[in-house]
Amino acid sequence: MSTFKFICALDDIPQLGSRVVQRATGGDIAIFRNAEDEVFALHDKCPHKSGPLSQGIVHGRKVTCPLHGWNIGLEDGKAVAPDVGSCRNFEVKVEDGQVFLAV
Amino acid sequence: MSKPRLVLIGNGMAGVRTIEELLKIKPDHYDITIFGAEPHPNYNRILLSPVLAGEMTIQEIVLNELDWYKENGITLHTGKQITKIDRVKRKVIADDGTEESYDRLLVATGSTPFMLPIPGNDLPGVIGYRDIKDTDEMIETARLHKHAVVIGGGLLGLEAANGLKLRGMDVTVVHIGPWLLERQLDEVAGKMLQKSLEDKGLKFLLQKQTEMLVQGESGRVAAVRFKDGMQIPADLVVMAAGIRPNYALAEKSGIYCNRGIVVNDTMQTYDPKVYAVGECVSHRGIAYGLVAPLFEQAKVAANHLAGYGIGRYTGSVTSTKLKVTGIDLFSAGEYMGGEGTEEIVLNDPYGGVYKKLVIKDNKLIGGVMYGDTADGPWYFQLLKDKRDIHDIRDSLIFGQNLVGDVGHAGNSKAAEMADSAEVCGCNGVSKGTIVQAIKAKGLFTLDEVKKHTKAASSCGSCAGLVEQILASTIGGAYTPAALDTKPMCACTDHSHKAVREAIVARHLISKEAVFAGLEWKTPNGCDKCRPAVNYYLISSFPHEAKDDPQSRFINERAHANIQKDGTYSVVPRMWGGLTNPKELRAIADAAEKYNVPTVKVTGGQRIDLLGIKKEDLPGIWADLNAAGMVSGHAYGKSIRTVKTCVGAEHCRFGTQLAMSMGIKLEKMLFDMYSPHKVKLAVSGCPRNCAEAGIKDVGVIGVDSGYELYIGGNGGIKTEVAQFLCKVKTDEEVMEYSGAFLQLYREEGWYLERTCHYMERVGLDYIKGKILEDEEGRQAYYGRLLDSLKNARDPWESSRDEQAIKQFIPIKLEA
Repeated sequence: MSTFKFICALDDIPQLGSRVVQRATGGDIAIFRNAEDEVFALHDKCPHKSGPLSQGIVHGRKVTCPLHGWNIGLEDGKAVAPDVGSCRNFEVKVEDGQVFLAV
Repeated sequence: MSKPRLVLIGNGMAGVRTIEELLKIKPDHYDITIFGAEPHPNYNRILLSPVLAGEMTIQEIVLNELDWYKENGITLHTGKQITKIDRVKRKVIADDGTEESYDRLLVATGSTPFMLPIPGNDLPGVIGYRDIKDTDEMIETARLHKHAVVIGGGLLGLEAANGLKLRGMDVTVVHIGPWLLERQLDEVAGKMLQKSLEDKGLKFLLQKQTEMLVQGESGRVAAVRFKDGMQIPADLVVMAAGIRPNYALAEKSGIYCNRGIVVNDTMQTYDPKVYAVGECVSHRGIAYGLVAPLFEQAKVAANHLAGYGIGRYTGSVTSTKLKVTGIDLFSAGEYMGGEGTEEIVLNDPYGGVYKKLVIKDNKLIGGVMYGDTADGPWYFQLLKDKRDIHDIRDSLIFGQNLVGDVGHAGNSKAAEMADSAEVCGCNGVSKGTIVQAIKAKGLFTLDEVKKHTKAASSCGSCAGLVEQILASTIGGAYTPAALDTKPMCACTDHSHKAVREAIVARHLISKEAVFAGLEWKTPNGCDKCRPAVNYYLISSFPHEAKDDPQSRFINERAHANIQKDGTYSVVPRMWGGLTNPKELRAIADAAEKYNVPTVKVTGGQRIDLLGIKKEDLPGIWADLNAAGMVSGHAYGKSIRTVKTCVGAEHCRFGTQLAMSMGIKLEKMLFDMYSPHKVKLAVSGCPRNCAEAGIKDVGVIGVDSGYELYIGGNGGIKTEVAQFLCKVKTDEEVMEYSGAFLQLYREEGWYLERTCHYMERVGLDYIKGKILEDEEGRQAYYGRLLDSLKNARDPWESSRDEQAIKQFIPIKLEA
């Protein structure tokens, strides 16, 4: 059963940017914040060639992988057509300007 | 609330294309209903000729399968002809009584073949050539009968004649004009075409007027009789004497028509709720019968139907290709020439090659090609770009390869390439894969091919070749966009040129102002347009517009170069390629301290530390900063290096102090951002050991001073730098090269290297700005220095409290 854990203040993530959350096991998680202050969390690994999505450019509800330019949907972790693939997404919530992640 | 209803009359290429464009930019906006008179889904009418010739099947030319309509929630009525538009009650009524109300109506009823008004034109066996039914009837007739007569020696007529001949009929083409295709070809090319077609077994009767069609005993047509009394047998007569816009329905409904449904530049008819596109339309007095203009119209109509209200259709220049296997023919623009025009002609009747280019005011305005059309798309691009051709005029007629296949142009042998040949070396995409994707998925634009196949989506050097493959695969349906009007990306219809100009003219200083002011279609752009806009802002208003790190590619945010495994490479600057024991010691220490797995000497005369974790970057920078080193910007669209030879400082041949000159230039340009990367080199003598001939700015010392070269490139496509001028002093080297770089910074489009910028504007233009206008040059130079006056080492500024956060991962306890 996953539980929400405090990650950081919302303002510690730049708008249209991200932060990396390192876990002891299970790989890094990228936390994104878009222009509307929506926050998303994805496994920090592009389904194409494992590029770090946290380092990509965030636009709308998508992030572009820095390695080969795949676009990944922030809500569901699915590659934007015509590319095919998906990466795991995590539940995340913002309360009183604090970001919590379900792990 | 229910959605507004959009009804499309005409399930053909122009109408459905408009719907596709609309769904792309504003899906779910309308409830859409489509009426088509034919019992088929939308198919590629242009490819009926290959079907007739037995080279393709009907199934292969379908553009939108029935599933497509279903998936997009579109109600499709096939086999129903609309007989009435009730504009008061805003509904359409079909011949079977089906009624549908609309809030917006799109009319795309196309055209109908023109049937000569002669006795017998309604006999069985007399048909036009327009749709699948006509094609089926021709194929069927060819099985049972012998003699075919095609009336009309235009594109359609010749394609029909060729197809019928291949199906085994004895075919005669009757043409009223003095030569074939007189609307596309001049007399020489027309005669050459006739000869080739005669060699294939077709017969021609030119300047013949048909008097009547004679009925045979069976009731169907049996012969064609001409005004001069001659009569020839005919079991099938195909009328291909032109098409007429099909606007009867619109006219009957009271919509203003004048040889077509009259529309304005937004494709709106005189009834503001009714739009029209395609062959049924009369725009500025012209009705287009080729597919490329229709697609341009579709795009504009879709934009207005979506309520965005931007984009105007202002007419098209068209090009033509004849789809008869084994015959290569291409024409475009004003191919006949005329007053004030010049012609370049290559005529080799025995070799079967004829080319004519028509030039006006140093620009290509038209051309005809026969026998060798490989360069057709290239000429057409030059024509659409209105490129000044005087510098390549002497070899223009010989095609792109002899002119030198420049920059990102790609070569012109697309059609001859084997399917297995690799087109995109970055992503390993072969020609066969591209052609298959184009056919199977109905792709029409370079962008679509990029998305579906990945070809040309990395370095982009094969984009020209991909465009040519597109052109040769889908023929006339391909519309290359003129360079300066090509949209930046899918977020906007505006080109780089338009965006850049708007930023300057309207004094926009933030990306939000640009996106709002220029009506961006996405809330905050994408990975393509945002970096470009950010660059345009900070280069136009250096101290006013604020740099937006989130609009930069990761390398320029992390001030290091991301590698395939997500680690980074760090390259400290070595001014002019010089270093010393203290710096080398610091580099060695840093390499050990951070367990750097790979240390490499770069092509730009410095040292690369590879495999560094992002979180270690601020630490390694602090160490290198402490030893007096700064960022080498080896990651940016920015000044990279100034490569030098040892010069007169040591070399026995040296004439100038190359190292010292190089260092001065590099210090002047430190932290300069530009449309793309910028590399310089300084050599101390013409032996040119610093390889200045392939740099954006190359400086070569001679006894009396320096020679300056610009626009060289050693990358994707090797380009030799062009001689700009000779100067005497170090100060002049800095002023002239600084002014040129500032010109490029102000006018270059994002991701355009100096060689591409120079190809676009021409060397003479640059000379005019930099050499002939002293005040202007000094002003450019002044603006460069001004924009760099607050230059700061990004390695140092990235360690500021707010900026450093991105480097620190958040650790989560298990």
